[in-house]
Amino acid sequence: MAAPKSPRCFQDVILTLQNYWAEQGCAILQPYDEQVGAGTLHPATTLRALGPKPWRAAYVQPSRRPKDGRYGENPNRLQHYYQFQVILKPNPPDLQQLYLNSLAAIGIDPLLHDIRFVEDDWENPTVGAWGLGWEVWCDGMEVSQYTYFQQVGGLDVRPVSGELTYGLERLAMYVFGVDRVYDLPFNDPASPHPLTYGDVFLENEKQQSRFNFELSDAEQNLRWFGDAEATAKRLLEAGAVLPAFDYTLKASHLFNLLDARGVVSPTERQSFIARVRDLAKGCASAWAESQS
Amino acid sequence: MPQLLLEFFSEEIPARMQKRAEEDLARALGEKLKLAGLEPKAIKTFSSPRRIGAVIDDLPAKAADVNEEKKGPRVGSPDQAIQGFLKSAGLSSIDQAQVVEDKKGAFYVARIERAGRATAEIVQEIVPEIVRAFPWPKSMRSGSGDLQWVRPLQNIMCIFGGQHVQISVDSVPSEAKTWGHRFHAPDAIAPKDFAEYAVKLRAAKVEIDREARKAKIVEDACKACAAKGLELVEDIGLLEEVCGLVEWPVVLLGDMDPAFLDLPGEVIRLSMRTHQKYFAVRDPKTQKLAPHFILVANIEAKDGGKAIAAGNARVLSARLNDARFFWDTDKKTPLYTEERKAKLEKIVFHQKLGSVWDKVERVKALAVELCAVTGADRALVERAAELCKMDLVTETVGEFPELQGQVGRQLYLLEIAEPSPLAGEGREGGRAEQRAARATSSTPPTPNPAPPGGGESIASAIEDHYRPLGPNDRVPSDPVAVTLALADKLDTLVGFWIVREEPTGSSDPYALRRAALGLIRILGALGLRMALRRTIAITCFIRFEQVRQVRRSQLVNRFANAAELTGKPQEAWQALVPAMMDTFAESRKKVFWESDEPIVAALAIANSLLAFLADRLKVQLRDQGKRHDLVDAVFALGDDDLVRIVARVEALDAFLKTQDGANLLAGYKRAANILAAEEKKAKWSAEEAKGDIDASKLVEPAEKALADALAKVLPAAQAAVEKEDFAAAMKALSALRAPVDGFFEGVLVNAEDPALRRNRLLLLSRFSDALSAVADFSKIEG
Repeated sequence: MAAPKSPRCFQDVILTLQNYWAEQGCAILQPYDEQVGAGTLHPATTLRALGPKPWRAAYVQPSRRPKDGRYGENPNRLQHYYQFQVILKPNPPDLQQLYLNSLAAIGIDPLLHDIRFVEDDWENPTVGAWGLGWEVWCDGMEVSQYTYFQQVGGLDVRPVSGELTYGLERLAMYVFGVDRVYDLPFNDPASPHPLTYGDVFLENEKQQSRFNFELSDAEQNLRWFGDAEATAKRLLEAGAVLPAFDYTLKASHLFNLLDARGVVSPTERQSFIARVRDLAKGCASAWAESQS
Repeated sequence: MPQLLLEFFSEEIPARMQKRAEEDLARALGEKLKLAGLEPKAIKTFSSPRRIGAVIDDLPAKAADVNEEKKGPRVGSPDQAIQGFLKSAGLSSIDQAQVVEDKKGAFYVARIERAGRATAEIVQEIVPEIVRAFPWPKSMRSGSGDLQWVRPLQNIMCIFGGQHVQISVDSVPSEAKTWGHRFHAPDAIAPKDFAEYAVKLRAAKVEIDREARKAKIVEDACKACAAKGLELVEDIGLLEEVCGLVEWPVVLLGDMDPAFLDLPGEVIRLSMRTHQKYFAVRDPKTQKLAPHFILVANIEAKDGGKAIAAGNARVLSARLNDARFFWDTDKKTPLYTEERKAKLEKIVFHQKLGSVWDKVERVKALAVELCAVTGADRALVERAAELCKMDLVTETVGEFPELQGQVGRQLYLLEIAEPSPLAGEGREGGRAEQRAARATSSTPPTPNPAPPGGGESIASAIEDHYRPLGPNDRVPSDPVAVTLALADKLDTLVGFWIVREEPTGSSDPYALRRAALGLIRILGALGLRMALRRTIAITCFIRFEQVRQVRRSQLVNRFANAAELTGKPQEAWQALVPAMMDTFAESRKKVFWESDEPIVAALAIANSLLAFLADRLKVQLRDQGKRHDLVDAVFALGDDDLVRIVARVEALDAFLKTQDGANLLAGYKRAANILAAEEKKAKWSAEEAKGDIDASKLVEPAEKALADALAKVLPAAQAAVEKEDFAAAMKALSALRAPVDGFFEGVLVNAEDPALRRNRLLLLSRFSDALSAVADFSKIEG
């Protein structure tokens, strides 16, 4: 493969990372086709982290966080953004160096920029998962989350997976010195049809924020949450783990939508999270069983 | 003698854990080496993000030979005992033991002689044990291994006397090398001893000495600030943390957009500190924050740090933009809104004590009662109470919980400065603002004119009612703030006493010791006179009224009757309400307000909490170098006014340091011993001690002198106590010294004539009584 040239736009960052991790033996997957709040929830991470079989994958995952919508008016916050996700099971002993090399590949020189590993233990209570690791800082900005998974779905993982999550927009804003996400060059600025991130996503942020905060139907979502939960349970009982996991993800996203409408009280919040966690745990243990 | 050098090289260790890990490592090494017969003199430790290690100079090459005698069972003991002995002594046959005779008969003794093991061998054995049992607050597995360490452990370097010692822990490499700075000097280094290790690492841009790193950070930061005519806002906690984030500290001064300076200073400082680990910088002339910050990088960048400083400045701007969004959202409405109140009603203060708003209502009711003590204006206190927890549900406090109180104060000051809610002119403007406005639009902004002249008082009460937060924090001074601070702490203490969540041993999850000490400090600093039993009971009743069908006023009346006992000694108090203590003991697990008798519960809680406060007072006085047994001596009188108790303790402390005081105490002990001995022999009783002295039966000059002195001193001392002039009371008592000494020298108490004996015992009783006017001397040690 040709030596990667320095990225010039958002999609170059993605392509560079994909090439780099492909060279490290990762399967380059495509985004999962369910609405999820984070790249970790892709079954390629959540489920594949379980069981003894080795696994290496990398992919971009669009992530939706309804509450973070700002109608396209905040320069940094989005309700829909991209994560680049890498999982290596078991984690190789030189994973930190592999990660640092990936930053070098997208043009971050560690003798010009201050790269630091700062304690940040990752936890996702809705899927009963946690791990130890860091947030990686580049000149004071968090550019990645780096985690050694210890548990998923309430189960110890053996072997341990190393998980890397790059916040692509932030990383690209940093690399290109852009202060407003919508000003990021999406494709090559020298191309005949240069597009910015705003050209691609600004309208989406406006409309989806409106939907998240004003138009979504809380009563309907509440019903759908119950339906998704019931379906996931039924599928689990039928031994169909992967479809059950899809419905777990649906329930999780519906909860996020309800939360964004501010209709979930603190007490109810705990109970919703517990319900999703129960589903996720069910999927995790069924999957782990099928793998061993 | 040889040196031991040990280094655990790993991926980045969390900053907050490094210092503690050094201590744990030193302790574990010390204990294990000692157990193996080695006596390390000094263990020096060091740490940085990627390594933690220790060095021990002068460790012998081998452990001392062991010669010990092990005593075994008696000759002729059952075989089981003999076998056990052989096993524990490492013998193969009982013939190897010697037989020794003593008074009790013959028994076996094993003489064990073991040559000391080589130190290197011992180290090979104990280091893996230390690794496996290391008390990291959180640890993890990695790859396919089972070893737990804080982050993946990459190498264990162990050098003893210049020789590499191979350490075997699972598959962790153990090479006689280490590695320099991750980016500047990643190559391996092979040191032969600690001196070379430190020097070579320094050349490879790693400073392993924490203190040296900290000193460099402070020195360079001060220089960078001084160059711009500014000064560093020092922050010891942050310094410790930053020192654990870098192996090679490089200080840089970054710029902040001055437009952010209109945010509250604490919001800016916390944005810098919490998220970014920057030090704030201020202008020494105005003492206000300057539009700069100090960051500590881990590299000497090729461009001198320009890109790093600029990058960090951009990140800070994004953070402050967030903070501004929160702050602008918060200041759109007055501090008190029905929405915020509704949120407080949903936040659980404690499962058994209701919501935060329930607490607000209790604090308000109690604060009104306390106005009589503090002299605060009732209307202001009520308003401040309603406002004091509102900021807990603001966006800004949600982001920076440390700012509780301060945000409320700032919002309230803005509100009274400009009564109409501020129009949304925030940076982000537009829809997000409208959305925030919509969220609160159902409340028409209530006109909250500040009571004349009371705005500042209310503002300071909102901020200061949490104070003092620690022994070094200031005590509130404004009467409204004082009232609310007292009410907040009393309600917390009493509440947790009601639900039986008092601190036990070292466990104090609700920081009740801090609350108690805060209460003591406020009362003491301002000299506030409070009958604590009654106040505690009222605090209980306020809670009872919330959860039971009871009227507070009725309970207070009933309590007043029961509490006629106030002022009597503590023991008498408890003896008079035996049911109270029984209830207290039986309801270990039962919630008090479920018990039937609110008066009994309140009395029991008052006594228990008062004893807790006395303990806190002792700790405080001990910290001031005062004798803590004096608190017991004064507390035993049954007083519940902390100010008066402290005054008595202080006078007593001073008195006992004088010659007269020390002698009187000795005289008291002697009198008490005689009286106790007579009581024990049933030749004297408390009843008899109440009798009158028969002046006609005073025969010896010394007893006459004592009787005369008592007749004069007792009223004088009592009068001084009435006036709470305890120093004068004790001075009066010191006039008893000479007559008492004379009495013990010249008078035989146990006279044969029963009338003389009775009189003399009465004199001793009167003397004890006189001293009891100021304290219970029986509780004083020495």
